[in-house]
Amino acid sequence: MIEQIPVLLVVLPIVGGAIPLVASLVSDRAGWPVATLTLVGQTGLAGLLAWTVSTSGTVSYAVGGFAAPYGIELVVDGLSGAVALLVAVISLGVLAYARKAGPHSGPFYGLYLLLVAGLTGMTVTGDVFNLYVFLEITGLAAYGLVASGRDASAAVAALKYLIIGTVGASLYLLGVGYLLAATGTLNMADLATKIGEMAAYDSTLVLTAFGLMVGGLTVKVALFPLHTWQPDAYANAPDTVSAFISALVSTVSAYALARLLFSVFTVEFLTAVPVARWALVGLACVSIVAGSALAVSQDSVQRMLAYSSVSQFGLVVAGFAIATPLAVVGATVHLLGHAVMKGGLFAATGVIERKTGATTVNGYAGMGSRVPVSAFAFAVLSLAMVGVPPAVGFVGKWYIVLGAVNAENWAVVAVLLASTLLTLAYFARLVERLYFAEATIHSKPDEAPVTDGSGQAVSFGMIAVVVIAAALAVALTAAVPELQAMLEDTLPPLLNQ
Amino acid sequence: MFELLNSHYNYFAVMLLLGIGLYMLIESRNLVKKVIGMNIFQTGIFLFFITLAFRTGGNPPIIKEGGGPYVSPLPHVLILTAIVVGVSLTAVALALIIRIYTEYGTLDEDKLKQLYYD
Repeated sequence: MIEQIPVLLVVLPIVGGAIPLVASLVSDRAGWPVATLTLVGQTGLAGLLAWTVSTSGTVSYAVGGFAAPYGIELVVDGLSGAVALLVAVISLGVLAYARKAGPHSGPFYGLYLLLVAGLTGMTVTGDVFNLYVFLEITGLAAYGLVASGRDASAAVAALKYLIIGTVGASLYLLGVGYLLAATGTLNMADLATKIGEMAAYDSTLVLTAFGLMVGGLTVKVALFPLHTWQPDAYANAPDTVSAFISALVSTVSAYALARLLFSVFTVEFLTAVPVARWALVGLACVSIVAGSALAVSQDSVQRMLAYSSVSQFGLVVAGFAIATPLAVVGATVHLLGHAVMKGGLFAATGVIERKTGATTVNGYAGMGSRVPVSAFAFAVLSLAMVGVPPAVGFVGKWYIVLGAVNAENWAVVAVLLASTLLTLAYFARLVERLYFAEATIHSKPDEAPVTDGSGQAVSFGMIAVVVIAAALAVALTAAVPELQAMLEDTLPPLLNQ
Repeated sequence: MFELLNSHYNYFAVMLLLGIGLYMLIESRNLVKKVIGMNIFQTGIFLFFITLAFRTGGNPPIIKEGGGPYVSPLPHVLILTAIVVGVSLTAVALALIIRIYTEYGTLDEDKLKQLYYD
């Protein structure tokens, strides 16, 4: 039973997603209950899987009974187990938000579950072409979700996302072609062995494949300067979708990047070809600085948060590229923590906008007393993102910096420390407005964006999601030793130490 | 030079398709043409994979009396999947373009930008 869970995690949301789609021909009411039921099951399975991995090691499953390396293999180790659980928990959490806020239609929940299936598939797969397929499923569902906003501007943002995202995924596919030409296999573990046996780290085929695959995935992660789709998509999508996508889509792409680095190309490749490591670290550092600088200059809070993601993912990718065990643990912690924090922040902007109509940095002035609970959660999440101890943002950054110090990579240490100051620059500005500035918006907006007829724009569930995200941003710190142990059980073969 | 062209013409075609597709995707102001460019770009990748499968004197990978050597069936299977993905992407892209056209009444990227930022 246990070894079948990885495939069930992909099949369950696909099957669940088909139900609201068909049911919407009759009624749109079926969507939410079906999605909730599916995702409760999903969370249970993912939890069981993560627990199994942490107690008895890696779980793998050969799809269709075709043994690897010929068939498609699903592999779950500490890293993918943690990410799969994160995907399940966050998608279930966002549902509580969607009950009131979301587009209330059957097809919406169909797409929502399809996105969960795509993300989980990317997480559990052990095959580079299979990863491409799930990358595109994730992409297609995400484009559809972004476009589900009422405004036509959402369609424009979705089209931009689609075109740039497709180029990214296509580049990745081209890279897979080069790897196939070099080795004749698609299985990740088999690829790592074959590339190692041929000692072909600096062969043109392998280098080109690395460049194309990593380049393609950085588009999906939205590192500067390939981030241009991201602010529009986050800002124009419905609040539910912004919270969901900002928390998970880039996160799982960054996970896929880490998987490529450690399971396909391996750390020996990074050591043998220093220019590849430097290019990746350099890109990450540029992303950290440029993302923060762009975030500081934004007027809209949601766009500011989007640019903040560009910067934070620079941090995560830098941690993975440094590739010492500590840096990888730090990058993973920050990857998971950022998902919770950024999802929570976007959810909070949705609540604040519905209650007060405030969407800009200046509009947030004095909102600390108007919406005390959400504003407090927003402030906690902001400080967690900056990296104030004991929040999880602090632990992740701390480990990444320690890893960079161990690797004696001082330029990176300097950028990482500076990035914390830059993050403080844009979040402190907002927190200061929330609590210490004179309100600029006094009355309720004339037209509160109420999405259904019941009159109240914000439900208990929506506020609960924001508060729970804020609590998790602090409480997850307690789970870091557990995660570290789980990673250290499975990472040494990856890091080859 | 001519010999290289003669023996590797498929790869030149791949490069040409990738180049034309990417250029159209970036440079064309018309949204539908952008999507066509995207398709041409993907076709280049498909051709690249199919070319990989070729071997001189290879038979179709169907086990029969004649026997091997066979061409590699794997890239063909991969590209069948990739074509399906490409078709779905085109469908979603065109659906979005219809939505944009009914709202803004234009397919021109520059005009759209003006309307969009107003």
